[in-house]
Amino acid sequence: MQETEAVLNARREMEICNACRYCEGFCAVFPAVELRREFTAGDLSYLANLCHGCRGCYYACQYAPPHEWGINVPRTLAEVRAESYVEYAWPQPLAKAFERNGVVVSLVAALSIALMLLIAMAIAAPGQFFAARGLQPDSFYAVMPLWAMQIVGLGTFGFSLFALGKGAVNFWKDAGAKQSITISAICIAVWDAVTLKNLGGGGDGCNDNAESFSMRRRYLHHAMAGGFMLCFAATTVGFFYHTFMGWAAPYPFISVPVLLGTVGGVLLVIGTGGLFAMKLVEDPMPAVRRLLGGDVAMLVLLALSALTGLLLLAVRATGAMGIVMAIHLGFILALFLVLPYSKMVHGVYRSAALLRRAVERDMKPLGGE
Amino acid sequence: MPDRKQTYDVLVAGGGNAALCAAITARQAGARVLLLESAPKAFRGGNSRHTRNLRAMHDAPNAVLTDAYKEDEYWDDLLRVTGGNTNEEMARMTIRASSGVFGWMKECGVRFQPSLTGTLNLGRTNAFFLGGGKALLNAYYLTAERLGIDILYDTEVISMNIDDGSVRSVDITYRGFPETVYARCVVASCGGFQANLEWMREFWGDAVDNFVIRGTPYNRGRVLKNLLDQGVAAIGDPTQCHAVALDARAPKFDGGITTRLDSVPYSVVVNKHGDRFYDEGEDVWPKRYAIWGRLIAQQPDQIAYSICDSKAFPLFMPSVYPAIKADSVGELALKMKLDPAKVIATVDAYNAAVVPGQSFDNLKLDGNRTEGLTPNKTNWARTVDKGPFYGYPLRPGITFTYLSVKVNDKAQVLMDNGQPAGNLFASGEIMSGNILGKGYLAGFGMTIGTVFGRIAGQEAARRARN
Repeated sequence: MQETEAVLNARREMEICNACRYCEGFCAVFPAVELRREFTAGDLSYLANLCHGCRGCYYACQYAPPHEWGINVPRTLAEVRAESYVEYAWPQPLAKAFERNGVVVSLVAALSIALMLLIAMAIAAPGQFFAARGLQPDSFYAVMPLWAMQIVGLGTFGFSLFALGKGAVNFWKDAGAKQSITISAICIAVWDAVTLKNLGGGGDGCNDNAESFSMRRRYLHHAMAGGFMLCFAATTVGFFYHTFMGWAAPYPFISVPVLLGTVGGVLLVIGTGGLFAMKLVEDPMPAVRRLLGGDVAMLVLLALSALTGLLLLAVRATGAMGIVMAIHLGFILALFLVLPYSKMVHGVYRSAALLRRAVERDMKPLGGE
Repeated sequence: MPDRKQTYDVLVAGGGNAALCAAITARQAGARVLLLESAPKAFRGGNSRHTRNLRAMHDAPNAVLTDAYKEDEYWDDLLRVTGGNTNEEMARMTIRASSGVFGWMKECGVRFQPSLTGTLNLGRTNAFFLGGGKALLNAYYLTAERLGIDILYDTEVISMNIDDGSVRSVDITYRGFPETVYARCVVASCGGFQANLEWMREFWGDAVDNFVIRGTPYNRGRVLKNLLDQGVAAIGDPTQCHAVALDARAPKFDGGITTRLDSVPYSVVVNKHGDRFYDEGEDVWPKRYAIWGRLIAQQPDQIAYSICDSKAFPLFMPSVYPAIKADSVGELALKMKLDPAKVIATVDAYNAAVVPGQSFDNLKLDGNRTEGLTPNKTNWARTVDKGPFYGYPLRPGITFTYLSVKVNDKAQVLMDNGQPAGNLFASGEIMSGNILGKGYLAGFGMTIGTVFGRIAGQEAARRARN
């Protein structure tokens, strides 16, 4: 990490936190702070990505604004986190996508939909784009041939995974653990990531609603992340069915891919909708205003991907199938494209930060009461 | 907006732990309660905002406290720090009551941290609030709002008008405008007077200019003075207070916990002339930190300097202000504007007096001492010789004053004639001097506030409803 203003401010705040330590019961950040007296820019990037933004420390802080020290850890670490996304992005020229991220995500989504519509219209037999095909085998591929889906899907998703991997390596070089990674550390990190333990706030959840605690954010994120994984599983099973079993889509409602996709889609809609609603009412003080656009754009993109998927299920036998599928595929393409250049990267860096925390779990705090 | 014209059952002056405990308890007993906090909402909670734990007696381990901490041991600890300057009956009552507050606190939404690990931990004697005192206050305020207690911020009590042994009316300023409010019973839970530097000056003289007030700037002792001026009995020495060693660079007010320095037991501490003046290793720090404020207050210009080497540096909590660092003791002295020759001589004499051979253990009284010095250092004495060297300037940091209104064990305020006032109660720092004549035990202020707040709320509600 570079020594930016945000990093300098984070260092100032972490040094105060380290002399206070009242918040050590809330999450992993403060116990990690207590292991060191000096914070390199890499350490601060690690702490920033370890922070889940639960806000517990902000409302508990005796030095929060308007105190002259103005300690606002969730906001300060969110600033550093946003800068770390830019710093670790690969390839670097695309890191610019993080500036005005909401606009970028929206534009990519719009262009992807337009592209998919154009391809679908060009490929469908003249006059057949709005034809009702019932549930005959391969009906989808009359609108969008399988090879086109696979080339575009695998190509963009593959690139995004590679770019995320490069980002993860960049993070680890700068902000990773110095000690070696053990199997048990990986297990702990995975558990902490999957359960969102650090949105637990020491038992009762986050300060979603000012000073009181709730599990809202944690459960909604579970719905969203779980829904996302189920949808991904649905796609994978479908790919497997077609490629290895020779079973052509569309599949009946009572089938593994459709059930996975339906449950996943509904969970995604609930999760993203709930998180979006929370953003409308939450206290803006512990948040960074300029990051709101990108966060909301990503929630909306996920929600629309899920909604159009569910809609496609509803209309797949009708003449609306062609246009709905093209739009749905447009959203999925956009999702694949912006994966390494959007809020979605937090999953990678936060997991990596949790891994460093797990690797360092046996280190002893310095000083202490 | 509460109707301020009504006569409340119970009026609570103050907005910290003791006030909230009184207000919530009174409300739970059925009283209509008005709570007046002089600070704005963002700074509500008095000194409780800066606290972290409460010292609690317990006969067996529980969810937040390890081992056992029985009445007699607690009493012995209190007896030692106060030098007997306490009231055994009232102290023992408080100690016993401290074991029974957890259930109620948890019902009010207060959450505790699993017992602390780490060096010199207080996990056996003190229950730590998850997130600290401000989180505790947040829980109490949420509970108070939920129960329908009327809360006014930016509202200072100017006078509790006592006539014939009872408070008849209470003059306040509400957001700067004078008003009078009425209540059947009144609880004074509005702290000591440490933030009133002019009043402090009466007892300390200009030394006060070198004091740091750790806590809220809103504890100006207005109600305390008002009551003492109206024939309420006083107790406690006005110069006695909870005073700790703070980094001299701390802000004048409201610096809270982070400006304290734990370096003393592992350091050599000198005054501005470069002389040592007290045994730095007398006891473990949680039992000694509260005497060092006063020790420094008694030094010339109320300043001292803690000096250690790189062996000792990792042993204590990181400080908010960076240590002053140098490659030699002389250079360090120069950087701290002390006479280098004098400081070198003091450190050399100390190093020569260290009795070698014992193994060093910062977790207990390890018996590593000096011999032949005045004063000697009796524990954790190791030579200061491994550079780089680190120094901190220290000032007295005042937490709260002990000059108090006299109360009985029902939290009733006593008049000069020894009779309890008809409808006036007190809890927290404003009556702490009844138990704490001098010295301090970590977390005992919150214990007094919680126990007496609960009693005052209970008694005030009962009286108001009779």
